[in-house]
Amino acid sequence: MIRGSSYRSIPAKYKDMADEIKMLKVTIDNITIEVPQGTTILQAARQIGGEVAPPAMCFYTKLKGSGGKCRTCLVEVSKGSEADPRPMPKLVASCRTGVMDGMEVKNITSGKVTDARSGVVEFLLLNHPLDCPVCDQAGECHLQDLSYSHGKEGTRYEFTRRTFEKHDLGPYIQLHMTRCILCYRCVFVADQVTGKRVHGVLSRGDHAEIATHIEQSLDNEFIGNVIDVCPVGALTDKTFRFKNRVWFTKPVDAHRDCTSCKGKVTLWQRGDEVLRVTGRKDQWGEVEDWICNTCRFEKKHVSDWVIDGPAKIDRHSVISQGHYTGLDKPKETFSAVHGGRAPKLLMDIHSVSEVNRPGIALSEIQGPATSDTFNIDQQA
Amino acid sequence: MTQFSDTRLAEVRQIIDRYPEGKQKSALIPVLHMAQEDFGGWLSPDTMDYVGSLMQLEPIEVYEVATFYSMFNTEPVGRHVFEVCQTGPCMLRGSDDIISYIKAKLGIGVGETTADGLFTLKTVECLGACGYAPMMQLGKHYREHLTPEKVDAIIEECRQTVA
Amino acid sequence: MGRKLLLEKAHIPGIRSYEVYRREGGYASVEKALRMAPADVVEEVKKSGLRGRGGAGFPTGMKWSFLAKPEGVPRYLVCNADESEPGTFKDRYLMEFIPHLLIEGLIAASWALGSNRTYIYIRGEYAWIVDILEQAIAEANANGWLGKNILGTGFDCQIYVQRGAGAYICGEETALIESLEGKRGNPRIKPPFPAVKGLWDCPTVVNNVETLAAVVPILNIGGEEYAKIGVGRSTGTKLISACGNINKPGVFEIDMNISVEEFIFSDEYCGGIANGKRLKACIPGGSSVPILPANLLLKTAKGETRMMHYEGLSDGGFATGSMMGSGGFIVLDEDQCVVRHTLTLARFYRHESCGQCSPCREGTGWMEKILNKIEYGKGQLSDIDLLWDIQRRIEGNTICPLGDAAAWPVAAAIRHFRDEFEWHVKHPEESQRRNYGLAHYADALTTV
Repeated sequence: MIRGSSYRSIPAKYKDMADEIKMLKVTIDNITIEVPQGTTILQAARQIGGEVAPPAMCFYTKLKGSGGKCRTCLVEVSKGSEADPRPMPKLVASCRTGVMDGMEVKNITSGKVTDARSGVVEFLLLNHPLDCPVCDQAGECHLQDLSYSHGKEGTRYEFTRRTFEKHDLGPYIQLHMTRCILCYRCVFVADQVTGKRVHGVLSRGDHAEIATHIEQSLDNEFIGNVIDVCPVGALTDKTFRFKNRVWFTKPVDAHRDCTSCKGKVTLWQRGDEVLRVTGRKDQWGEVEDWICNTCRFEKKHVSDWVIDGPAKIDRHSVISQGHYTGLDKPKETFSAVHGGRAPKLLMDIHSVSEVNRPGIALSEIQGPATSDTFNIDQQA
Repeated sequence: MTQFSDTRLAEVRQIIDRYPEGKQKSALIPVLHMAQEDFGGWLSPDTMDYVGSLMQLEPIEVYEVATFYSMFNTEPVGRHVFEVCQTGPCMLRGSDDIISYIKAKLGIGVGETTADGLFTLKTVECLGACGYAPMMQLGKHYREHLTPEKVDAIIEECRQTVA
Repeated sequence: MGRKLLLEKAHIPGIRSYEVYRREGGYASVEKALRMAPADVVEEVKKSGLRGRGGAGFPTGMKWSFLAKPEGVPRYLVCNADESEPGTFKDRYLMEFIPHLLIEGLIAASWALGSNRTYIYIRGEYAWIVDILEQAIAEANANGWLGKNILGTGFDCQIYVQRGAGAYICGEETALIESLEGKRGNPRIKPPFPAVKGLWDCPTVVNNVETLAAVVPILNIGGEEYAKIGVGRSTGTKLISACGNINKPGVFEIDMNISVEEFIFSDEYCGGIANGKRLKACIPGGSSVPILPANLLLKTAKGETRMMHYEGLSDGGFATGSMMGSGGFIVLDEDQCVVRHTLTLARFYRHESCGQCSPCREGTGWMEKILNKIEYGKGQLSDIDLLWDIQRRIEGNTICPLGDAAAWPVAAAIRHFRDEFEWHVKHPEESQRRNYGLAHYADALTTV
C-alpha cells in the first residue's frame, strides 16, 4: 500500500522535473546537439566526442568545484545564445561555462583556440622535468598526450627548471612535486572523498606546491584515489613504483566483495602477477568508482579477484601498443597513429625502460632527462 | 607554551563575533596576525597547529593560508624586520641604492638576519606609498622618504629599543 | 582650480575626529539616504554616472542594481581597501585623513543595498589605518549612525574592518571574498558573479574605497548635479595618486576636465618634473596600464590635447593610448630606464600571481627571467619577440585580470620603447653603465 501510494506521486514529480529541464541547442565545431539545461560546453562536446571534445587537465566530473584552472579546455564562443548572439569577448573555460540555447562554439575550428592551447601546453611544460623515461605515469600521462596532440616541438625556455624538495606521504603514495601541474584534483579528492585532508596547496604563484607542510603520511582509507585522478606523474603508487612500464602490463577488469568500496577495479597484470590495481577509467580517463586502499594496495594476488574480462583501453593509447592481449592489436605503427610524428619522448622510454634507476635523483639533472642520463656508468 | 593570554582569547572571540554563525574560519587571518605578534614574529608549525585547534580547523587549512600571504613569516626572523619596497615607483626614486646601503650597513643580504638576531632585511613588492618613496615597513608603520641618514637613524632607534 | 568633493575638507585640522567631521556637515548624506527608499538611493547613484574607482571603471549604480535579492538571504556590501596596484595610494590617503567620509558612504550604501554586516577589507600592511578606521567606526556607533535601528528607521548595520596579510591578488573581488572567508586568495571562476553568489555564497557588492566615499557628495548634491562635473561618461571628480620623478608627489582630486599636460606641469598638481629634468614617459593609471612615451602622453595620435579622464586617457586604444585604471600616475624622467622599470613590474606580477592557472603562474615568471637577462646585458634580439609572444599568450587566457595586468606593461613597453630594448641587447656593457636616456620620445614635448 505504501509503495503504491508513493508510486503515484513519483511519476507526477518526475513529470514536473521533466518540464523544468529545458533542452538547449548548442553547435560545437559545426555539429549541433541538444543538451539539458545546466550542461557545460565541455560535457556537451564530450557527448559529440572525438576531437570536438576539448582536452581537460584539471576538470574532473566527479569532483565538485574542479576545473577552470589549467586553461587547456579554452574554447571560442562565437555566438552567445539565440537571445544574445554577441560573441564572448575572451576564450572561455569550456569545463566551467554553461551552454545557452543557440550557442555556437568553436574548438578545433578556431585558430585562436589552437593558438592559445599550444601556449597553455608550453606553459604547463615550462617547468615540467620531462623525466618520462623514469616516470611511472609514462604511457598513461595526460600531459604527455596533450603535448603530442596540442603542443609544439621543443621549448623556448632556457632557464633552470623549478624543482621542489621531496615530501614523504607515507608507505603507499609517492609525491613528485616537480611534475605537478597544480590541477587541485587531489585536494578535491581529499576534501570530498576522504573527508579529512592533510595535504593541500602551500605557498603561491610559481612556488605553489602540493604538500603537507610538516611531514605526514596520507593514510585515509580512500586517499589512494589521488593517484587515479592525478593527470601527471606527481602522485604515483609506491607499490608499483619502478616495477614495470604500463604498456608492458595487461589491464583486466575485476571485482571482489569489499566492505568499504564497490570493489570494481582494473588489475594491471604481467603474467599472473598483479602489479597494480586502479579504479576503472572511462574514455576521458575518469574513474567510474572510487576504490579503497585495501583493494588498491593490498590485494595483489589474482586469487583475491574475480576477473570480468579485458579492460577497454583506447587503441590510440600507448598501452594498447604494448603486450596487450584480448583486444585487436592496431595494425598501424605508433608513428602512423601520431600522424607521422616521431614519438620523441616515448622513444627514450622504450630504450631505457629496462634500466630504470631509482637511485638517480632527477631533481639534480639540468634540463630534461634523456636516455643518456641513465647511462652514466657507461660514459664514465 | 603556545597559548594566548586571556585578554587575547577574548579578542579572538570578539573577532569571531564579527561573522555570522558558523563562519568562524573568516577569523583565521586576523588570528594569525595576532599569533605572529605574540609568538616570536613568525608562525612556527606549533603556532599554526595551536591556531588550528583554537579555531577548530584542520592544520592543513592553516598552513595553506599562512603560506599564501607574504606578511606571514613561516621562518624565524630578527627582532626588527626592514621590509624595503623595490617595485617600479620606489625604484624610480632610488630604492635600489637604499637596499644596497642597508645591506652594507648591516652586513647582511636580502632575506638574511644579523648574527645578533636584531635585524632582518627583506625586499617587498609595492606597499602603497609610491608618492613617499623610497620607503620601508617597520613593524606596524611605514618609514618614508628614506635617505642613508634616515636609515642610520632608524637603525639607531631600533638598537635603543632593545637596550 | 578644480572642484573638490572628496578632499575638500581633508585639510581641516581635526577632521579625523567625529566632532569636527560632524560640525563640517558630515553624515548629512546618511540622514538624507535613510529618508529615501533604498531603490531611490540606487537610482541617485545611477544618475550620477559614477564609475568604479578601483580600476575597471564599471558604472556603480548598474553594479548595485544587479544585486540579487532572494527572500531570507542576507546581502553583503564589502569595501575593497586592498589598494595594491603599484603607483596607487589614493585610498590610503582618504582613509588616513578623512576616515569618516568612507564610513558615511558605507552606511548610505549599506542602506541602499540592504547590507546589515558590511566589511572593509584592507590590505594587511595598512595596519595603522585599521586603528584609524576602527576609531571612526566606534565614534559612528556611539553617535547612533551604526548599530541597531539607525535613526529610528529599523535599519541595523554594523561595519567591521578585516585586515589582509599581503597579497595583491586580494584586490580582485572574488579573491577578496575568498580571503575574507579565511582562505587563500584564489580568484573564483566566474560566473557566478558576486552579485548572485559572493561572500558565504550570498549576494554581494564589492566596491572600492573612493567609489563608496563618492556616494556621500552624490547624495549631498544630487546625482544630476554630480553628473555635470567632468566630461561625457567621466563624471564627477577622481583621485589621482601621482608619483615617480615629479616635484610634488601626492594625492590630487581632479574634476575630469583638465589636460594631462596641466596635471603634470601645473603647480596645483605635480609641479613639473623633478630636478629640472625632462619628461620621458608615464604610466597614467597604475602599473598594469600601458606606459606612454611623452609625445603620446601629452597629445593623442591625432595631435589633440590628451585629457585626464576615462575617454581621454584611453584615446587611441592600446596602440597609442592607455587607461585611467586606478589613478596611479607614475612619471619617468629622462634618466630612467624603461627596461629596468618594466622588469620591476614583471617581478611584481610574478610575486603576486596566486598560481592557480597555468598561463599566469608560469608566464609571469618567464617574462621576469627574460627581462632580467636583457636588463643585465645577456639578452638577444629574439628575446624581445619571445617576450611579446609570451605576453600575448597570457593576455585574456587567465582566470582573473591579473594575467592581463602582467601582460599589458610588457606589451606597451615593447610597443613604444622597442629601440631601448634593442639598445640593451646590442650594447650589453654600456647598458650596465648608463641608461638609454630620452632618445626621441619627447620630441613633441612642450613645457608649461
